[in-house]
Amino acid sequence: MTNLNVAVSNEQTGYQNFSAGSFTFRRDEYFAYVDYPDGEYVMPIDDFLKALMRDIAWGFFYGTVNFDSVFGTINHYGNVDLFIGTQNEEYVNNGKDFMENFPSEELMEIFKAILSDWTIEGFDPFAAPQETGTAWGPKNGNNDEAISRTRQVAQRMIGMPGDTEIRSDETGYTVNRHFKDVDQSNPVVEAEPGFEDQIHGFNLWAHLSRSDVTWNPSIVSICKQSLLCPTTEEYILPVEHGNDRVEWFIQCSDEIVWEIKDGKSSKPRASLIMRAGDVACMPADIRHQGFSPKRSMLIVWENGSPEIMEKIKNGTVPRVGVEF
Amino acid sequence: MSVEYKTTYASIDNYNKGGVQMVSGNVKDYVFSNIYEVASKYAPYERVVVAKNLVYTIESCKAEGESPWYTCSHDEFAIAFDYDVEVHYIKMDDTSFIDDEKDGSFRLDDKPAGQYMGKITLNRGHQALLPEKTAYSFKAAKPATLVFQAILGDESNEKWSEICLT
Repeated sequence: MTNLNVAVSNEQTGYQNFSAGSFTFRRDEYFAYVDYPDGEYVMPIDDFLKALMRDIAWGFFYGTVNFDSVFGTINHYGNVDLFIGTQNEEYVNNGKDFMENFPSEELMEIFKAILSDWTIEGFDPFAAPQETGTAWGPKNGNNDEAISRTRQVAQRMIGMPGDTEIRSDETGYTVNRHFKDVDQSNPVVEAEPGFEDQIHGFNLWAHLSRSDVTWNPSIVSICKQSLLCPTTEEYILPVEHGNDRVEWFIQCSDEIVWEIKDGKSSKPRASLIMRAGDVACMPADIRHQGFSPKRSMLIVWENGSPEIMEKIKNGTVPRVGVEF
Repeated sequence: MSVEYKTTYASIDNYNKGGVQMVSGNVKDYVFSNIYEVASKYAPYERVVVAKNLVYTIESCKAEGESPWYTCSHDEFAIAFDYDVEVHYIKMDDTSFIDDEKDGSFRLDDKPAGQYMGKITLNRGHQALLPEKTAYSFKAAKPATLVFQAILGDESNEKWSEICLT
């Protein structure tokens, strides 16, 4: 049988190969190669690393993380599917899809090892394209500091005593080049004596203007299981996120175009143009990818209720946010 | 070439709503609305739900003049999306009438007895905590947009067919 796998010389490039079950991962100067029992799949290395960064940072996220139209992961919350073609109609219809299930911790450990070894000095897969170097070339150091950022998670509200700090110059978060015009003033809090720690406000837009990552929501306030997860977006969401539940977006500044495809077949369904003040809900049976021409502020609104997990497991999770 | 980027916001009196280009399916699936348009359409302090997930909501309202006093058994949060809004707080002498099992804010008959805690003046993008079992009211000199992170309750109004693209 003809060997169709691309020759990758680790001796020449200095990168390591990795295995996860039946999958093998290799990279050369420009591409990532995913070998599986039925063949080999190739992705540009920068796209692969940016998608891998989100899959790791989001803990495999809600539902499906499509690195592109062929390769990705499906989160089952405790275990995760790694697939080729499972979410692609042509692969499925022709029996060319392949999937293997892993304990989440096991695959996460392998993914982190790949990301660490394959991310070279100067390349930040969390950053906007104009704010980082390239992923290309032979092995040259690492950027573990950049890829090990964890998202900020408030316990009640950002900036409250004992809670997560508000971003500032002092805490190492400078204002992003696209948000130099964002007002940095704080709300005027005039607390009566004894109530200084009980009433609290902060400048959410200023906090966002200092985000050093793109397409990576943090949590700023919690109302029982309601999680307000604002984020800043620039260029392209590095994955097509396949929903297993509805997901609400509130555009706070500038604009994002969302390309919506069918979750299973990837056939186009719609384009959403969201401008400041727009609210929209991603249905539970789609995949979406955002395009943000300028760095913009977006609130991703999540529901952490265990009830959602139960509904996913028993197949009763609502397909749309509201029926009217 | 050095570029000076301009961040584009909107306001209750100046917004540019986007939309949906459909290929297949139903535009109603996306429950698409605009918080400024919603705030502009309804009476001051009439909270309209713009996003809902089980019992949890995001609500939009117009702040104008002085609001009634409200309270809630749990924390809520308010974000000013365009113009100045004051939030005033009172630590009530009596909170025994608040049902811990009841979600969402509700209106008080009058300004409650208690200790004035202070006020926060919010401008565009500022977020304030509305602490559990604390009375609060709003004051705005001119129409402004307030967005709440809340739970469906007495003050929540669902008007989906009036606010969403169809």
